[in-house]
Amino acid sequence: MAQETRELICINCPMGCPLTVTLEDGVVTSVSGNTCPRGDAYGRKEVTNPTRIVTTTVPVDGSATERMVSVKTALDIPKGKIFDVVRELSGVRAQAPVEIGDVVLANVAGTGVDVIATKRA
Amino acid sequence: MSAAIERRAIVVVGGGPAGLAAAIAAYEAGEHDVLILERDTQLGGILNQCIHNGFGLHTFKEELTGPEYAQRFIDRADELGIERRLGTMVLDISSERVVTTVSAANGIDRIQAGAVVLAMGCRERPRGALATPGYRPAGVYSAGTAQRLVNIEGQLPGREVVILGSGDIGLIMARRMTLEGAHVACVAEIMPYSGGLKRNIVQCLDDFGIPLLLSHTVVDVEGRDRVEAVTIAQVDERLKPIPGTEVRYPCDTLMLSVGLLPENELSREAGVELSPVTRGPVVDQSLQTSVAGIFACGNVLHVHDLVDFVSQEAAAAGTQAARYVMADAEEASASRGIPVAATDGVRYTVPSFIDPQRMDDTLTVRFRVANEFRDRYVSVYLDDERIQHRKKRVMAPGEMEQVVLKRADLLAREGLSQITVKLEEA
Amino acid sequence: MYDVVIVGAGVSGCAIARELARYDASVCVIERAEDVCCGTSKANSAIVHAGFDAQPGSLMAKLNVEGNRLMYEWARELNFAVLPVGSLVVCVSEETRPGLDELLARGQANGVPDLRIVERDELLAMEPNIADEAVAALWAPTGGIVDPFGLTVALAENAAANGVDFRFNAAVTAVERTSAGWAVHAGDDVVEARAVVNAAGVYADELHGMFVALADGSPASEAVPTVAAEPLQIVPRKGEYYLLDTTAGAHVRHTVFMLPTAMGKGVLVSPTVHGNLIVGPTATDIEDKEAVNTTPAGLAEVASKCSLTVKDVPLREVITTFAGLRAHQEKHDFVIGEVAGTRGLFDCAAIESPGLTSAPAIGVMVSSMVATRLGLAHKPEGSFDPTRPGVVNLAITSFDDWDELCRQDSKFGNIICRCCRVSEAQIVDVIHRNPAATSLDAIKRRTGATMGRCQGGFCTPKIMEILERELGVDASEVTKRGPGSELVVGRNKDRLPQPAGALEGGDAR
Repeated sequence: MAQETRELICINCPMGCPLTVTLEDGVVTSVSGNTCPRGDAYGRKEVTNPTRIVTTTVPVDGSATERMVSVKTALDIPKGKIFDVVRELSGVRAQAPVEIGDVVLANVAGTGVDVIATKRA
Repeated sequence: MSAAIERRAIVVVGGGPAGLAAAIAAYEAGEHDVLILERDTQLGGILNQCIHNGFGLHTFKEELTGPEYAQRFIDRADELGIERRLGTMVLDISSERVVTTVSAANGIDRIQAGAVVLAMGCRERPRGALATPGYRPAGVYSAGTAQRLVNIEGQLPGREVVILGSGDIGLIMARRMTLEGAHVACVAEIMPYSGGLKRNIVQCLDDFGIPLLLSHTVVDVEGRDRVEAVTIAQVDERLKPIPGTEVRYPCDTLMLSVGLLPENELSREAGVELSPVTRGPVVDQSLQTSVAGIFACGNVLHVHDLVDFVSQEAAAAGTQAARYVMADAEEASASRGIPVAATDGVRYTVPSFIDPQRMDDTLTVRFRVANEFRDRYVSVYLDDERIQHRKKRVMAPGEMEQVVLKRADLLAREGLSQITVKLEEA
Repeated sequence: MYDVVIVGAGVSGCAIARELARYDASVCVIERAEDVCCGTSKANSAIVHAGFDAQPGSLMAKLNVEGNRLMYEWARELNFAVLPVGSLVVCVSEETRPGLDELLARGQANGVPDLRIVERDELLAMEPNIADEAVAALWAPTGGIVDPFGLTVALAENAAANGVDFRFNAAVTAVERTSAGWAVHAGDDVVEARAVVNAAGVYADELHGMFVALADGSPASEAVPTVAAEPLQIVPRKGEYYLLDTTAGAHVRHTVFMLPTAMGKGVLVSPTVHGNLIVGPTATDIEDKEAVNTTPAGLAEVASKCSLTVKDVPLREVITTFAGLRAHQEKHDFVIGEVAGTRGLFDCAAIESPGLTSAPAIGVMVSSMVATRLGLAHKPEGSFDPTRPGVVNLAITSFDDWDELCRQDSKFGNIICRCCRVSEAQIVDVIHRNPAATSLDAIKRRTGATMGRCQGGFCTPKIMEILERELGVDASEVTKRGPGSELVVGRNKDRLPQPAGALEGGDAR
């Protein structure tokens, strides 16, 4: 039985509670150091399935106002895939007109998540 | 310039988050003659370059990026048909509320406003303001300038970066630079704590292994043409560099996130009294400045931490401006109200004067604390009577705090001469 | 083949060029930097000295007083900013009062007009923030403040308009004799001329050395002063400064100097023509001729010394600090003349303070010297235009006039630098002048853009865009101050890390 502990800082509020998460065979058995349930939930997710929204920009062609259009992953993607996402976006160009929510790149880095525009261009 | 002076009920100076919310609220309060003046070629202000997410949790209960948050307000302003002049810079506001503008389209124009809402935002403290020794080469950027270059222009300011100051823009830019292919060597922070959100420290620094050096500052900048290295040293309790702790970081870019200052050149010209603490206007319960009919909101009033609070505050200013022009202006600009004192760890309050007769049933008073505090009570005194006493687990200078005052409480107290907001240990 | 090559496009070189342009001669200015006004002329106190400081009988005394007079005259012809605010030398203890009388006498001997001693009451009325210790001051109403960039650029533009050529990014590497005169090498570039003028600032000693090596005993002209063919040493003397925001610009109304005491020389506190407050300089002799870095010790010295003459200097209003190098020479006098034993190699060296003030007089003196030696004749009447159109300054333009400007060119309505009120029109104007402003700093020196309280935070990206458009270059070629000072290094995602190193060091938890 493999036991491990991970130290984290909770991001939910300015308290920044130092969390200790204990896992056995990759399953969280306890979270300590938190002062509220949000800390517990954060600790569990962050050690088992940390995810992030990635925001960046891609160049846009044919826009009268913008050189770049800002984009984001429509949903969280696995934290380990952050650079895969930006690497796949390098070389991607958007075509004006662009509306907020337009898909700029579908299923980025095999995550099943689309990259969508966050600005008009 | 047309010979006849244009008359408008409400002129909002600035089309960023504060200006948009103020204009919309003024319209919704019943005054439809609202004009937004914006110097950029689009509305949205600094939000346009804040492409990261995390905006709007309070307002929309979802996490938006800056441009998305701005667009919600722009869409509403469009719906209401609120007039705006883009590419139009305000040059002067007189104490009689004559607003002088310049634009490529119209040259100089003058507008007589019934009320003016100041919503010009803030600017960054530059490197020069720190008097950091060393050379003055290319490659020293304030974080906001770098943010514009990267996010709006698509240009990379540097490949090997040191960041001074751990304000949120600095943290956000550490991640942005990393994701665009640069390497961020470290973030140095002169204070023993970061002014940024925990979430940003984790997701912008820790995620990428970028060290945060607390109680450190830049003591030398090398490079005659372009930055070649910076030297970072630890500082003592008086924030003075400790000899012998210097570490040299070869790099091509020094990015600064060392504070924001309300942009009050126009306010000063208009004769508006400014607070030496916030460097923004002194306002009353209506967010009215010392000049009748001139209101202020958002980062030009005091630098905010979250845009949601900017929008809330600006909406209040817009509503009050509408009431001002719709009511008898003479009556509205009477007494100044009861002073609000900020003491014992509270740096300032907004507003700093309250007239109980004129306030709404409840009033949000925002403030910032002077240091990191744990387990302190936020107390409100009416003269020497304590009427609020609320424990906060943690407070930090980077976060805005607030108390809510009830009109009934203030009216109940006869001869009230001072309201005090302070921190207490018990 | 030129008649004259001037090495150095600082204020002296440009003044000489402008005055030589009055003659029927071909003139070229070569400059190691990318623009005019990049060395000593750029970073100094920006003062028009009255002329009481220099030793009577020295070249410095004569050229200072004459330069002061010409400065105000030339400002009208050439449209650069100068303000005759007057200067005060403040005496802070009764013991040193004799020094004040001495200075008065020296100034009178130098021919400085209208000098007088003001006692404390009058001084306090003139300068409400004067230090409590101040007992009296020497008042020099002809003292003033000048825009050193504006002055130098104006001289260069006027010279160019009258036929003078400029070559930039050309550092002199060698001087050789040719059959007809001299060949000045700047890397692969060679410029030939009958006469060479050394106006190389802190590098003037090196060029002087090249001149001396070429001396062959040619007879001197009696009408031309000579400089001994001996080694000359120029010591870079560093001066560090604080520049405060315009909110502090009215803290003093005149240039306030301190009468030296046993405690030292003090620093000056002065308004600038841009409405800021300047405080400094230090005076530290160094070796590195490029070391324009500020130092903790230097800045601390300025901060502590300014309070000796002026109280409550609001140093927290600082918007930048900078350092400049004076071309100091041991004898502390200007070295101007033909190098003995040469024919046509002229020094204009050791031009340290009051060099900026003296520049117009230096221009007249050196040009006439060169003209005499080469036998140059004046251009026909009317063919030299002494005037130069100024760059519009919107900060002092009335709204009515500004509106009129917008009608002529709508770009006057597009504000680029909000702190200093610089529009797109002014920036485009200076990019297309001769010499052209092709970098961020060159635009700054001519228009004031980026000089305000945000120090280019908002306008740098906008000015970069204008430079890209007007010069037809890529953003990666836009510089702060010439090659090597590029403002951006590439485009987003142009060099992303490879997968293996993607989260190197990250994800450690």
